[in-house]
Amino acid sequence: MAKQRNDYENSWFPRLKRWIAGGAAVLDDRVADQLGRPAPEEDASAENYAFYEAERAAQRLEDEEREAEMIARARAWREGRGKKLTRALYGVIAVALCVSVILLLLITVSNLPSFGGKDNPTNNEVPRRYIESGLQETGAVNVVAGMILDYRAFDTLGESHVLFIAACAVLLLLRVSDSGDPRERLEAEGNDQVYEPKDDIILQRVTGFLAPVILLFGVYVLFNGHLGPGGGFSGGAVMGAGLILYVNAYGFEAVSRFFTMRTYKALTASALGFYALAKAYSFFCGANHLDSGIGLGTPGAIFSSGLILYLNIAVGLVVACTMYGFYALFRKGDL
Amino acid sequence: MGNLFNNYEEACAIILFGIGFTTLLLHRNMIKKVIGFSMMDSAIYLFLAAKGYIAGRKAPIIENGVQAVEAYINPVPAGLVLTGIVVSVSSTALMLALTVRLYRRYHTLNIDEITEMARKEEV
Repeated sequence: MAKQRNDYENSWFPRLKRWIAGGAAVLDDRVADQLGRPAPEEDASAENYAFYEAERAAQRLEDEEREAEMIARARAWREGRGKKLTRALYGVIAVALCVSVILLLLITVSNLPSFGGKDNPTNNEVPRRYIESGLQETGAVNVVAGMILDYRAFDTLGESHVLFIAACAVLLLLRVSDSGDPRERLEAEGNDQVYEPKDDIILQRVTGFLAPVILLFGVYVLFNGHLGPGGGFSGGAVMGAGLILYVNAYGFEAVSRFFTMRTYKALTASALGFYALAKAYSFFCGANHLDSGIGLGTPGAIFSSGLILYLNIAVGLVVACTMYGFYALFRKGDL
Repeated sequence: MGNLFNNYEEACAIILFGIGFTTLLLHRNMIKKVIGFSMMDSAIYLFLAAKGYIAGRKAPIIENGVQAVEAYINPVPAGLVLTGIVVSVSSTALMLALTVRLYRRYHTLNIDEITEMARKEEV
């Protein structure tokens, strides 16, 4: 009975009650013990003092051990059961979140105006203006090309810069420099030799026939951006794909004869610079009602619609270089 | 609920978005997370393209001098999708480059293990 009483006295709730009632001194029994213990007598010998010291050190050691044990137990819980529990909880919450997001969005979709309707609020005066007077104002038969390279040309300039900056960031992250760790370079080249085909005769024959066709088709798409489906981004992507095919068949030595880091830098920078200057000039003239001297030509001809063709070529060069650059950087860490 | 089956293309886009989002949240592999992210991108393009469509009309490339707004679909979403594709290509390349760097350093693609190792390195 007395033991139970003692246990109860030592459990947290009565201690909290005592603490609230009487201050911090009685919170810890050990503190209470020490307070209750008669103070060591003044004339205690050095031996007695050393005894106390030793006792205190042992106490401290015990405390530290207990703390370490608690930390170890907490860590074990985190690595074992806690990890599993957290992961399961995370999975449940993730699935619940995703399902609720999908349901919410589906409800929104069911309240949207019906698909393909001609009186939907998206079909307002903006597309009307682009379609009805786009040909006269930009000279482009392809209304989308006229829109993105004339009305909203600065948006497209920013887009090209996003691509350029992404290429720069990938270059920073993945480039294996000449001056850096030579082991890294060797490793990258070794990986390249192991994982990529070398001198594959089938690939070389097919590429010898296909690569020129693909590059030519890319140029065609590029030059037809204002006349039909196509434009700088798609044409550039086709040309980049042709270059990548060429690299796969003939290796980096063959490509480095005409395309190196310097070519990449020069082409991209001059294309972006040309774009920015040309469009700044045309916007400046247009805003100040000056004659820019850029004729629109006959709609439907290759050399028509003012700057759009040249801007398409600039964008296409940036895209082709960046596509090839991404591939080369990911494969061997250099251009 | 009546318009849900009428708007099937938008509904598909939403479901694709949800699949991508779930992939992003549930998989521990970094490459799979990037794939989920790209799926979410594609879902957005599908949604935008669906918004631009008008039943029975043609792509906005002027034919035979017809410039009536009744003949063509809405060209604005096409331009938006074009912008989005370029940005998603760039961000995907950046994410993959970061993944390659992490793999070179920790020799694993599991994000939990990478976090654990990074925490141990900090201590």
